[in-house]
Amino acid sequence: MSLLELKNIHTYYGHIHALKGISLTVKEGEIVTLIGANGAGKSTTLRTISGMVKPRSGEVLYQGKPVQRVPAEQIVSMGIGHVPEGRRIFPRLTVEENLEIGAYLLNDKKLVEERKQIGFQLFPRLYERRAQKGGTLSGGEQQMLAIARALMQDPKLLLMDEPSMGLAPVLVDFIFETIQNLNRSGKTILLVEQNARIALQIAHRGYVLQTGELTLSGPAADLAAKPEVQAAYLGGH
Amino acid sequence: MLEGLLALLPQVIFDGLLLGFVYAMIALGYTMVYGVLELINFAHSEIFMIGAVVGVEVFRYLAPVIPNGVVVLVLALILGAIISGVMAMIVERLAYRPLRARGTTNRLVPLITAIGVSFVLQDLVRLVEGIWHNEFKLQMRLIPPLDGNFTFLTVFIQYKALILILVSLLMLVGLNYLVNRTKLGTAIRAVAQDMNTARLMGINPDVIISRTFLIGGALGGVAGVLFAVQYSTIDPYVGFLPGLKAFTAAVLGGIGNITGAMVGGLVLGQMETLAGTYLPTLTGGNFGTEYKDVIAFLILILLLLFRPQGLLGQVVKEKV
Repeated sequence: MSLLELKNIHTYYGHIHALKGISLTVKEGEIVTLIGANGAGKSTTLRTISGMVKPRSGEVLYQGKPVQRVPAEQIVSMGIGHVPEGRRIFPRLTVEENLEIGAYLLNDKKLVEERKQIGFQLFPRLYERRAQKGGTLSGGEQQMLAIARALMQDPKLLLMDEPSMGLAPVLVDFIFETIQNLNRSGKTILLVEQNARIALQIAHRGYVLQTGELTLSGPAADLAAKPEVQAAYLGGH
Repeated sequence: MLEGLLALLPQVIFDGLLLGFVYAMIALGYTMVYGVLELINFAHSEIFMIGAVVGVEVFRYLAPVIPNGVVVLVLALILGAIISGVMAMIVERLAYRPLRARGTTNRLVPLITAIGVSFVLQDLVRLVEGIWHNEFKLQMRLIPPLDGNFTFLTVFIQYKALILILVSLLMLVGLNYLVNRTKLGTAIRAVAQDMNTARLMGINPDVIISRTFLIGGALGGVAGVLFAVQYSTIDPYVGFLPGLKAFTAAVLGGIGNITGAMVGGLVLGQMETLAGTYLPTLTGGNFGTEYKDVIAFLILILLLLFRPQGLLGQVVKEKV
Protein backbone atom coordinates (compact mmCIF):
# COMPACT_ATOMS: atom_id res chain seq x y z
CA MET A 1 0.00 0.00 0.00
CA SER A 2 1.22 3.49 -0.79
CA LEU A 3 1.78 5.89 2.04
CA LEU A 4 0.23 8.65 -0.04
CA GLU A 5 -1.98 8.47 -3.06
CA LEU A 6 -3.58 11.27 -5.05
CA LYS A 7 -6.48 10.22 -7.25
CA ASN A 8 -7.60 12.53 -10.02
CA ILE A 9 -7.22 15.74 -7.99
CA HIS A 10 -8.74 18.95 -9.36
CA THR A 11 -7.93 22.12 -7.46
CA TYR A 12 -9.07 25.64 -8.29
CA TYR A 13 -7.90 29.06 -7.17
CA GLY A 14 -11.01 31.10 -7.82
CA HIS A 15 -11.58 30.53 -11.52
CA ILE A 16 -8.10 29.27 -12.23
CA HIS A 17 -7.98 25.53 -12.76
CA ALA A 18 -4.64 24.91 -11.05
CA LEU A 19 -4.57 21.11 -10.89
CA LYS A 20 -6.25 19.23 -13.70
CA GLY A 21 -6.60 15.66 -12.55
CA ILE A 22 -3.38 14.83 -10.71
CA SER A 23 -2.83 11.20 -9.74
CA LEU A 24 0.36 10.14 -8.06
CA THR A 25 1.66 7.78 -5.40
CA VAL A 26 4.40 7.94 -2.81
CA LYS A 27 5.49 4.68 -1.18
CA GLU A 28 6.92 4.44 2.28
CA GLY A 29 10.66 5.08 2.35
CA GLU A 30 10.81 6.85 -1.00
CA ILE A 31 12.02 10.22 -2.11
CA VAL A 32 9.65 11.30 -4.85
CA THR A 33 10.21 14.55 -6.66
CA LEU A 34 7.78 16.72 -8.51
CA ILE A 35 9.51 18.90 -11.07
CA GLY A 36 8.14 21.49 -13.41
CA ALA A 37 8.26 25.13 -14.37
CA ASN A 38 7.08 28.06 -12.30
CA GLY A 39 3.29 28.04 -12.01
CA ALA A 40 2.92 24.41 -13.10
CA GLY A 41 1.05 23.61 -9.87
CA LYS A 42 3.83 22.02 -7.81
CA SER A 43 3.17 24.04 -4.66
CA THR A 44 -0.58 23.69 -5.14
CA THR A 45 -0.15 19.92 -5.13
CA LEU A 46 1.67 20.05 -1.79
CA ARG A 47 -0.81 22.52 -0.37
CA THR A 48 -3.66 20.24 -1.41
CA ILE A 49 -2.03 17.33 0.41
CA SER A 50 -1.44 19.31 3.60
CA GLY A 51 -4.99 20.64 3.58
CA MET A 52 -4.17 24.31 2.99
CA VAL A 53 -6.32 24.29 -0.15
CA LYS A 54 -9.25 22.00 -0.72
CA PRO A 55 -9.54 20.12 -4.00
CA ARG A 56 -12.82 20.51 -5.86
CA SER A 57 -12.80 16.82 -6.72
CA GLY A 58 -10.60 13.79 -6.36
CA GLU A 59 -9.15 11.98 -3.38
CA VAL A 60 -6.07 12.31 -1.23
CA LEU A 61 -5.42 9.00 0.49
CA TYR A 62 -2.94 8.92 3.35
CA GLN A 63 -2.27 5.45 4.73
CA GLY A 64 -5.33 4.40 2.79
CA LYS A 65 -7.66 6.94 4.40
CA PRO A 66 -9.22 9.86 2.50
CA VAL A 67 -7.96 13.13 4.04
CA GLN A 68 -8.92 15.72 1.42
CA ARG A 69 -11.59 17.19 3.70
CA VAL A 70 -9.47 17.20 6.86
CA PRO A 71 -8.40 20.73 7.97
CA ALA A 72 -4.69 21.54 7.68
CA GLU A 73 -4.22 21.78 11.44
CA GLN A 74 -5.36 18.17 11.82
CA ILE A 75 -3.38 16.80 8.87
CA VAL A 76 -0.18 17.59 10.79
CA SER A 77 -1.20 15.33 13.63
CA MET A 78 -1.62 12.43 11.19
CA GLY A 79 2.08 12.53 10.41
CA ILE A 80 2.43 14.84 7.40
CA GLY A 81 4.96 17.64 7.82
CA HIS A 82 5.11 20.54 5.38
CA VAL A 83 8.20 22.67 4.77
CA PRO A 84 6.47 25.48 2.89
CA GLU A 85 7.66 27.50 -0.05
CA GLY A 86 9.66 30.50 1.10
CA ARG A 87 10.38 28.81 4.47
CA ARG A 88 7.66 30.75 6.28
CA ILE A 89 9.63 31.17 9.47
CA PHE A 90 7.79 33.14 12.17
CA PRO A 91 9.94 36.26 11.90
CA ARG A 92 9.44 37.62 15.41
CA LEU A 93 9.69 34.33 17.25
CA THR A 94 13.14 33.21 18.27
CA VAL A 95 14.70 30.15 16.65
CA GLU A 96 13.87 28.17 19.77
CA GLU A 97 10.26 29.40 19.81
CA ASN A 98 9.92 28.52 16.14
CA LEU A 99 10.92 24.97 17.01
CA GLU A 100 8.63 24.85 20.03
CA ILE A 101 5.66 26.02 17.99
CA GLY A 102 6.53 23.27 15.52
CA ALA A 103 5.79 20.88 18.39
CA TYR A 104 2.50 22.59 19.21
CA LEU A 105 0.57 19.32 19.26
CA LEU A 106 2.96 17.66 21.71
CA ASN A 107 2.14 18.09 25.36
CA ASP A 108 5.13 16.22 26.74
CA LYS A 109 7.71 18.91 27.56
CA LYS A 110 10.54 16.39 27.79
CA LEU A 111 9.75 15.07 24.34
CA VAL A 112 9.71 18.61 22.93
CA GLU A 113 13.12 19.22 24.47
CA GLU A 114 14.47 15.96 23.00
CA ARG A 115 13.19 16.82 19.54
CA LYS A 116 14.69 20.28 19.81
CA GLN A 117 18.07 18.72 20.58
CA ILE A 118 17.72 16.44 17.55
CA GLY A 119 17.12 19.55 15.43
CA PHE A 120 20.15 21.27 16.93
CA GLN A 121 22.29 18.17 16.22
CA LEU A 122 21.10 18.16 12.64
CA PHE A 123 21.82 21.87 12.27
CA PRO A 124 24.37 23.07 14.86
CA ARG A 125 24.05 26.51 13.30
CA LEU A 126 20.53 26.76 14.71
CA TYR A 127 21.84 26.06 18.20
CA GLU A 128 24.21 29.01 17.88
CA ARG A 129 21.31 31.19 16.80
CA ARG A 130 18.71 29.77 19.15
CA ALA A 131 17.95 33.09 20.89
CA GLN A 132 17.83 35.11 17.66
CA LYS A 133 14.59 36.14 15.98
CA GLY A 134 13.72 33.98 12.99
CA GLY A 135 13.46 37.03 10.72
CA THR A 136 17.13 37.88 11.26
CA LEU A 137 18.45 34.55 9.96
CA SER A 138 20.04 34.12 6.54
CA GLY A 139 18.14 32.27 3.84
CA GLY A 140 20.06 29.06 4.44
CA GLU A 141 19.54 29.22 8.18
CA GLN A 142 15.85 29.83 7.65
CA GLN A 143 15.66 26.76 5.46
CA MET A 144 17.37 24.71 8.16
CA LEU A 145 14.92 26.08 10.70
CA ALA A 146 11.93 25.31 8.48
CA ILE A 147 13.10 21.70 8.14
CA ALA A 148 13.89 21.34 11.85
CA ARG A 149 10.51 22.87 12.71
CA ALA A 150 8.66 20.39 10.49
CA LEU A 151 10.59 17.54 12.14
CA MET A 152 9.39 18.54 15.62
CA GLN A 153 6.20 16.48 15.26
CA ASP A 154 8.24 13.56 13.89
CA PRO A 155 6.26 13.25 10.64
CA LYS A 156 6.24 10.07 8.56
CA LEU A 157 5.88 12.02 5.34
CA LEU A 158 7.71 15.27 4.71
CA LEU A 159 6.48 17.63 2.01
CA MET A 160 9.28 19.94 0.93
CA ASP A 161 8.62 22.93 -1.27
CA GLU A 162 11.64 24.37 -3.11
CA PRO A 163 14.23 23.89 -0.37
CA SER A 164 16.95 25.13 -2.73
CA MET A 165 15.28 28.44 -3.49
CA GLY A 166 17.62 31.40 -3.21
CA LEU A 167 20.45 29.42 -1.62
CA ALA A 168 24.13 29.46 -2.52
CA PRO A 169 25.25 26.23 -4.30
CA VAL A 170 27.26 25.00 -1.33
CA LEU A 171 24.19 25.35 0.88
CA VAL A 172 21.98 23.64 -1.68
CA ASP A 173 24.34 20.64 -1.56
CA PHE A 174 24.19 20.62 2.23
CA ILE A 175 20.39 20.82 2.35
CA PHE A 176 20.01 18.02 -0.19
CA GLU A 177 22.49 15.88 1.69
CA THR A 178 20.36 16.45 4.77
CA ILE A 179 17.23 15.44 2.86
CA GLN A 180 18.93 12.21 1.81
CA ASN A 181 20.00 11.53 5.39
CA LEU A 182 16.49 12.13 6.64
CA ASN A 183 15.24 9.66 4.06
CA ARG A 184 17.80 7.08 5.15
CA SER A 185 16.67 7.52 8.74
CA GLY A 186 13.14 6.59 7.71
CA LYS A 187 11.35 9.69 6.45
CA THR A 188 9.34 9.47 3.27
CA ILE A 189 9.78 12.63 1.23
CA LEU A 190 7.80 14.35 -1.48
CA LEU A 191 10.07 17.01 -2.88
CA VAL A 192 9.02 19.88 -5.11
CA GLU A 193 11.89 21.52 -6.96
CA GLN A 194 12.68 23.88 -9.78
CA ASN A 195 16.26 22.70 -9.58
CA ALA A 196 15.43 19.48 -11.40
CA ARG A 197 19.02 18.36 -11.74
CA ILE A 198 19.72 17.99 -8.05
CA ALA A 199 16.19 16.79 -7.27
CA LEU A 200 16.49 13.93 -9.77
CA GLN A 201 19.92 13.08 -8.35
CA ILE A 202 18.60 12.25 -4.90
CA ALA A 203 15.05 11.09 -5.72
CA HIS A 204 13.99 7.50 -6.35
CA ARG A 205 11.13 8.46 -8.63
CA GLY A 206 9.89 11.61 -10.22
CA TYR A 207 6.89 13.25 -11.86
CA VAL A 208 6.92 16.10 -14.34
CA LEU A 209 4.14 18.62 -13.92
CA GLN A 210 3.13 20.93 -16.74
CA THR A 211 0.37 23.55 -16.33
CA GLY A 212 -1.58 21.46 -13.86
CA GLU A 213 -1.13 18.07 -15.50
CA LEU A 214 1.40 15.29 -15.02
CA THR A 215 3.12 14.65 -18.33
CA LEU A 216 5.87 12.19 -17.41
CA SER A 217 6.74 9.88 -14.56
CA GLY A 218 9.21 7.16 -13.76
CA PRO A 219 12.41 6.32 -11.91
CA ALA A 220 14.47 9.48 -11.41
CA ALA A 221 17.41 8.21 -13.44
CA ASP A 222 15.15 7.39 -16.40
CA LEU A 223 13.54 10.83 -16.25
CA ALA A 224 16.92 12.53 -16.13
CA ALA A 225 17.94 10.61 -19.25
CA LYS A 226 14.88 11.62 -21.27
CA PRO A 227 15.70 14.17 -23.97
CA GLU A 228 12.53 16.19 -23.37
CA VAL A 229 13.30 16.47 -19.64
CA GLN A 230 16.87 17.42 -20.39
CA ALA A 231 15.77 20.08 -22.84
CA ALA A 232 13.08 21.60 -20.65
CA TYR A 233 14.40 21.22 -17.10
CA LEU A 234 18.08 20.32 -17.15
CA GLY A 235 19.31 23.14 -19.33
CA GLY A 236 19.80 20.94 -22.41
CA HIS A 237 22.95 19.19 -21.19
CA MET B 1 3.17 81.15 40.27
CA LEU B 2 5.84 78.70 39.13
CA GLU B 3 6.25 77.47 42.67
CA GLY B 4 2.57 76.80 42.92
CA LEU B 5 2.64 74.85 39.70
CA LEU B 6 5.61 72.78 40.80
CA ALA B 7 4.02 72.04 44.16
CA LEU B 8 1.12 70.47 42.31
CA LEU B 9 3.35 68.32 40.14
CA PRO B 10 3.66 65.15 42.29
CA GLN B 11 -0.12 64.99 42.65
CA VAL B 12 -0.63 65.50 38.93
CA ILE B 13 1.84 62.78 38.07
CA PHE B 14 0.16 60.38 40.51
CA ASP B 15 -3.27 61.09 39.05
CA GLY B 16 -1.87 60.70 35.55
CA LEU B 17 -0.48 57.35 36.56
CA LEU B 18 -3.94 56.10 37.56
CA LEU B 19 -5.48 57.22 34.31
CA GLY B 20 -2.51 55.81 32.43
CA PHE B 21 -2.94 52.35 33.92
CA VAL B 22 -6.62 52.33 32.96
CA TYR B 23 -5.72 53.31 29.40
CA ALA B 24 -2.92 50.77 29.31
CA MET B 25 -5.19 47.91 30.29
CA ILE B 26 -7.82 48.83 27.71
CA ALA B 27 -5.13 49.43 25.10
CA LEU B 28 -3.89 45.87 25.58
CA GLY B 29 -7.22 44.50 24.36
CA TYR B 30 -7.06 46.67 21.26
CA THR B 31 -3.49 45.81 20.52
CA MET B 32 -3.83 42.04 21.05
CA VAL B 33 -6.79 41.77 18.70
CA TYR B 34 -5.10 44.04 16.19
CA GLY B 35 -1.93 41.98 16.40
CA VAL B 36 -3.79 38.80 15.52
CA LEU B 37 -6.49 40.00 13.11
CA GLU B 38 -5.39 43.49 12.04
CA LEU B 39 -8.85 44.49 13.18
CA ILE B 40 -9.53 47.60 15.23
CA ASN B 41 -12.13 46.13 17.53
CA PHE B 42 -14.08 49.25 18.40
CA ALA B 43 -16.49 47.14 20.42
CA HIS B 44 -13.69 46.80 22.97
CA SER B 45 -14.78 50.14 24.51
CA GLU B 46 -18.07 48.48 25.35
CA ILE B 47 -16.38 45.37 26.73
CA PHE B 48 -14.64 47.78 29.10
CA MET B 49 -17.96 49.52 29.88
CA ILE B 50 -19.56 46.15 30.69
CA GLY B 51 -16.78 45.56 33.20
CA ALA B 52 -17.54 48.91 34.81
CA VAL B 53 -21.26 48.09 35.02
CA VAL B 54 -20.50 44.66 36.52
CA GLY B 55 -18.33 46.45 39.09
CA VAL B 56 -21.17 48.74 40.13
CA GLU B 57 -23.68 45.89 40.30
CA VAL B 58 -21.41 43.68 42.37
CA PHE B 59 -20.95 46.50 44.89
CA ARG B 60 -24.66 47.26 44.85
CA TYR B 61 -25.59 43.71 45.86
CA LEU B 62 -22.59 42.44 47.79
CA ALA B 63 -21.43 45.49 49.73
CA PRO B 64 -24.47 45.32 52.08
CA VAL B 65 -23.73 41.63 52.72
CA ILE B 66 -19.95 41.50 52.83
CA PRO B 67 -18.55 44.24 55.04
CA ASN B 68 -15.01 44.18 53.64
CA GLY B 69 -14.53 46.38 50.56
CA VAL B 70 -11.40 44.57 49.41
CA VAL B 71 -13.21 41.22 49.34
CA VAL B 72 -16.07 42.75 47.36
CA LEU B 73 -13.59 44.32 44.96
CA VAL B 74 -11.80 41.03 44.38
CA LEU B 75 -15.14 39.39 43.59
CA ALA B 76 -16.04 42.29 41.30
CA LEU B 77 -12.72 41.99 39.48
CA ILE B 78 -13.13 38.25 38.96
CA LEU B 79 -16.73 38.59 37.80
CA GLY B 80 -15.90 41.59 35.62
CA ALA B 81 -13.03 39.72 33.97
CA ILE B 82 -15.18 36.65 33.31
CA ILE B 83 -18.24 38.50 32.00
CA SER B 84 -16.28 40.92 29.81
CA GLY B 85 -13.98 38.16 28.55
CA VAL B 86 -16.87 35.88 27.64
CA MET B 87 -18.74 38.80 26.06
CA ALA B 88 -15.70 39.57 23.88
CA MET B 89 -15.55 35.90 22.88
CA ILE B 90 -19.24 35.89 21.97
CA VAL B 91 -18.82 39.04 19.89
CA GLU B 92 -15.94 37.43 18.02
CA ARG B 93 -17.90 34.24 17.46
CA LEU B 94 -21.10 35.92 16.26
CA ALA B 95 -19.85 39.00 14.45
CA TYR B 96 -16.25 38.59 13.27
CA ARG B 97 -15.76 34.88 12.65
CA PRO B 98 -18.56 34.61 10.06
CA LEU B 99 -16.88 37.41 8.11
CA ARG B 100 -13.57 35.59 8.24
CA ALA B 101 -15.19 32.33 7.18
CA ARG B 102 -16.58 34.05 4.10
CA GLY B 103 -13.10 35.18 3.27
CA THR B 104 -13.97 38.87 3.40
CA THR B 105 -10.78 40.63 2.42
CA ASN B 106 -12.09 44.18 2.64
CA ARG B 107 -10.77 45.45 5.97
CA LEU B 108 -13.53 48.06 6.18
CA VAL B 109 -16.23 45.43 6.58
CA PRO B 110 -15.16 44.04 9.98
CA LEU B 111 -14.38 47.59 11.11
CA ILE B 112 -17.94 48.70 10.42
CA THR B 113 -19.20 45.52 12.07
CA ALA B 114 -17.16 46.47 15.14
CA ILE B 115 -18.75 49.90 15.28
CA GLY B 116 -22.16 48.31 14.92
CA VAL B 117 -21.46 45.83 17.73
CA SER B 118 -20.41 48.79 19.82
CA PHE B 119 -23.85 50.42 19.48
CA VAL B 120 -25.62 47.13 20.08
CA LEU B 121 -23.74 46.53 23.32
CA GLN B 122 -24.34 50.09 24.56
CA ASP B 123 -28.06 49.82 24.09
CA LEU B 124 -28.19 46.25 25.32
CA VAL B 125 -26.69 47.37 28.63
CA ARG B 126 -29.00 50.36 28.70
CA LEU B 127 -31.97 48.08 28.17
CA VAL B 128 -30.90 45.61 30.84
CA GLU B 129 -30.18 48.33 33.37
CA GLY B 130 -33.41 50.09 32.49
CA ILE B 131 -35.45 46.97 33.14
CA TRP B 132 -33.45 46.02 36.21
CA HIS B 133 -33.17 49.34 38.03
CA ASN B 134 -35.35 51.72 36.05
CA GLU B 135 -32.32 53.85 35.29
CA PHE B 136 -29.14 53.48 33.32
CA LYS B 137 -27.01 56.02 35.11
CA LEU B 138 -25.22 54.15 37.84
CA GLN B 139 -23.41 55.35 40.92
CA MET B 140 -20.66 53.33 42.53
CA ARG B 141 -21.13 52.92 46.28
CA LEU B 142 -17.84 52.11 47.91
CA ILE B 143 -17.38 50.69 51.37
CA PRO B 144 -14.40 50.76 53.73
CA PRO B 145 -11.51 50.44 53.42
CA LEU B 146 -11.71 51.42 49.75
CA ASP B 147 -12.92 54.93 50.47
CA GLY B 148 -10.06 55.67 52.86
CA ASN B 149 -7.10 57.89 52.08
CA PHE B 150 -3.85 59.28 53.37
CA THR B 151 -1.35 61.92 52.40
CA PHE B 152 2.16 60.97 51.47
CA LEU B 153 4.35 64.10 51.51
CA THR B 154 2.20 66.38 49.40
CA VAL B 155 0.33 63.68 47.48
CA PHE B 156 -3.24 62.84 48.40
CA ILE B 157 -3.62 59.10 47.92
CA GLN B 158 -6.83 57.11 48.11
CA TYR B 159 -6.63 53.46 49.03
CA LYS B 160 -8.63 52.58 45.93
CA ALA B 161 -5.99 54.31 43.82
CA LEU B 162 -3.27 52.15 45.33
CA ILE B 163 -5.35 49.07 44.58
CA LEU B 164 -5.82 50.23 40.99
CA ILE B 165 -2.07 50.54 40.52
CA LEU B 166 -1.37 47.22 42.20
CA VAL B 167 -3.96 45.28 40.20
CA SER B 168 -2.90 46.93 36.93
CA LEU B 169 0.73 46.05 37.53
CA LEU B 170 -0.20 42.46 38.32
CA MET B 171 -2.29 42.20 35.16
CA LEU B 172 0.43 43.72 32.99
CA VAL B 173 3.14 41.45 34.39
CA GLY B 174 0.82 38.46 34.10
CA LEU B 175 -0.04 39.24 30.50
CA ASN B 176 3.61 39.69 29.59
CA TYR B 177 4.33 36.30 31.10
CA LEU B 178 1.42 34.70 29.31
CA VAL B 179 2.28 36.11 25.92
CA ASN B 180 6.03 35.65 26.06
CA ARG B 181 6.53 32.58 28.18
CA THR B 182 3.63 30.19 27.69
CA LYS B 183 2.62 27.87 24.89
CA LEU B 184 -0.65 29.74 24.37
CA GLY B 185 1.28 33.01 24.15
CA THR B 186 3.68 31.60 21.56
CA ALA B 187 0.70 30.32 19.58
CA ILE B 188 -0.95 33.76 19.75
CA ARG B 189 2.21 35.38 18.44
CA ALA B 190 2.58 32.74 15.73
CA VAL B 191 -1.00 33.28 14.53
CA ALA B 192 -0.41 37.04 14.60
CA GLN B 193 2.67 36.72 12.43
CA ASP B 194 1.51 34.14 9.91
CA MET B 195 -1.89 32.54 10.31
CA ASN B 196 -1.55 30.05 7.45
CA THR B 197 1.80 28.73 8.54
CA ALA B 198 0.46 28.44 12.08
CA ARG B 199 -2.08 25.94 10.72
CA LEU B 200 0.78 23.84 9.36
CA MET B 201 2.01 23.59 12.96
CA GLY B 202 -1.33 22.10 14.03
CA ILE B 203 -2.71 25.36 15.43
CA ASN B 204 -6.39 26.07 14.84
CA PRO B 205 -6.39 29.86 14.34
CA ASP B 206 -10.06 30.16 15.35
CA VAL B 207 -9.31 28.71 18.78
CA ILE B 208 -6.36 31.05 19.28
CA ILE B 209 -8.33 34.08 18.09
CA SER B 210 -11.12 33.19 20.49
CA ARG B 211 -8.66 32.95 23.40
CA THR B 212 -7.14 36.27 22.37
CA PHE B 213 -10.54 37.92 22.61
CA LEU B 214 -11.11 36.22 25.97
CA ILE B 215 -7.83 37.52 27.39
CA GLY B 216 -8.19 41.02 25.93
CA GLY B 217 -11.82 41.17 27.05
CA ALA B 218 -10.95 40.03 30.58
CA LEU B 219 -8.31 42.76 30.84
CA GLY B 220 -10.87 45.28 29.59
CA GLY B 221 -13.32 44.02 32.21
CA VAL B 222 -10.78 44.42 35.01
CA ALA B 223 -10.00 47.91 33.74
CA GLY B 224 -13.74 48.64 33.76
CA VAL B 225 -14.21 47.54 37.36
CA LEU B 226 -11.21 49.58 38.48
CA PHE B 227 -12.47 52.57 36.48
CA ALA B 228 -15.86 52.35 38.20
CA VAL B 229 -14.19 52.14 41.60
CA GLN B 230 -11.97 55.12 40.83
CA TYR B 231 -14.32 57.45 38.98
CA SER B 232 -17.72 56.37 40.39
CA THR B 233 -20.25 57.57 37.79
CA ILE B 234 -21.03 54.98 35.14
CA ASP B 235 -23.47 54.74 32.25
CA PRO B 236 -23.66 52.59 29.07
CA TYR B 237 -21.82 55.25 27.09
CA VAL B 238 -18.92 55.60 29.49
CA GLY B 239 -16.68 53.36 27.38
CA PHE B 240 -16.55 55.62 24.37
CA LEU B 241 -13.99 58.23 25.38
CA PRO B 242 -11.64 56.03 27.45
CA GLY B 243 -11.88 53.43 24.69
CA LEU B 244 -10.96 55.92 22.00
CA LYS B 245 -8.09 57.21 24.11
CA ALA B 246 -6.88 53.71 24.86
CA PHE B 247 -6.91 53.08 21.14
CA THR B 248 -4.83 56.25 20.79
CA ALA B 249 -2.50 54.85 23.43
CA ALA B 250 -2.19 51.59 21.51
CA VAL B 251 -1.29 53.46 18.33
CA LEU B 252 1.02 55.72 20.33
CA GLY B 253 2.96 52.74 21.61
CA GLY B 254 2.88 50.94 18.27
CA ILE B 255 -0.28 48.96 17.60
CA GLY B 256 0.20 45.22 17.87
CA ASN B 257 3.02 45.72 20.36
CA ILE B 258 2.11 44.73 23.92
CA THR B 259 4.81 46.67 25.74
CA GLY B 260 3.98 49.56 23.44
CA ALA B 261 0.35 49.55 24.57
CA MET B 262 1.42 49.78 28.21
CA VAL B 263 3.91 52.57 27.54
CA GLY B 264 1.42 54.37 25.28
CA GLY B 265 -1.26 54.22 27.98
CA LEU B 266 1.02 55.56 30.67
CA VAL B 267 2.37 58.33 28.44
CA LEU B 268 -1.11 59.37 27.35
CA GLY B 269 -2.35 59.38 30.96
CA GLN B 270 0.46 61.73 31.95
CA MET B 271 0.01 64.02 28.95
CA GLU B 272 -3.68 64.32 29.51
CA THR B 273 -3.46 65.01 33.24
CA LEU B 274 -0.61 67.47 32.80
CA ALA B 275 -2.50 69.28 30.06
CA GLY B 276 -5.70 69.31 32.08
CA THR B 277 -3.94 70.85 35.07
CA TYR B 278 -1.55 73.28 33.50
CA LEU B 279 -3.26 74.39 30.31
CA PRO B 280 -5.57 76.90 32.03
CA THR B 281 -2.71 78.53 33.93
CA LEU B 282 -0.22 78.50 31.08
CA THR B 283 -2.66 80.03 28.61
CA GLY B 284 -4.00 82.59 31.04
CA GLY B 285 -7.34 80.83 31.18
CA ASN B 286 -7.91 80.85 27.43
CA PHE B 287 -7.82 77.07 27.23
CA GLY B 288 -9.61 75.31 30.05
CA THR B 289 -9.18 71.83 31.48
CA GLU B 290 -11.73 70.51 28.99
CA TYR B 291 -9.06 70.83 26.30
CA LYS B 292 -7.26 67.80 27.73
CA ASP B 293 -9.05 65.56 25.22
CA VAL B 294 -7.90 67.80 22.40
CA ILE B 295 -4.36 67.27 23.61
CA ALA B 296 -4.81 63.50 23.62
CA PHE B 297 -5.98 63.40 20.03
CA LEU B 298 -3.52 66.05 18.89
CA ILE B 299 -0.82 63.67 20.04
CA LEU B 300 -2.38 60.92 17.94
CA ILE B 301 -2.52 63.10 14.84
CA LEU B 302 1.06 64.32 15.23
CA LEU B 303 2.29 60.82 15.86
CA LEU B 304 0.57 59.47 12.78
CA LEU B 305 2.25 62.20 10.78
CA PHE B 306 5.77 61.75 12.06
CA ARG B 307 6.03 58.24 13.47
CA PRO B 308 3.21 56.11 12.12
CA GLN B 309 4.71 52.90 13.54
CA GLY B 310 4.36 54.29 17.10
CA LEU B 311 6.89 54.80 19.88
CA LEU B 312 7.95 51.16 20.21
CA GLY B 313 6.65 49.82 16.93
CA GLN B 314 9.39 48.89 14.55
CA VAL B 315 9.56 48.05 10.94
CA VAL B 316 10.93 44.52 11.16
CA LYS B 317 13.28 43.58 8.39
CA GLU B 318 12.25 40.22 7.11
CA LYS B 319 14.39 38.24 4.76
CA VAL B 320 12.64 36.08 2.23
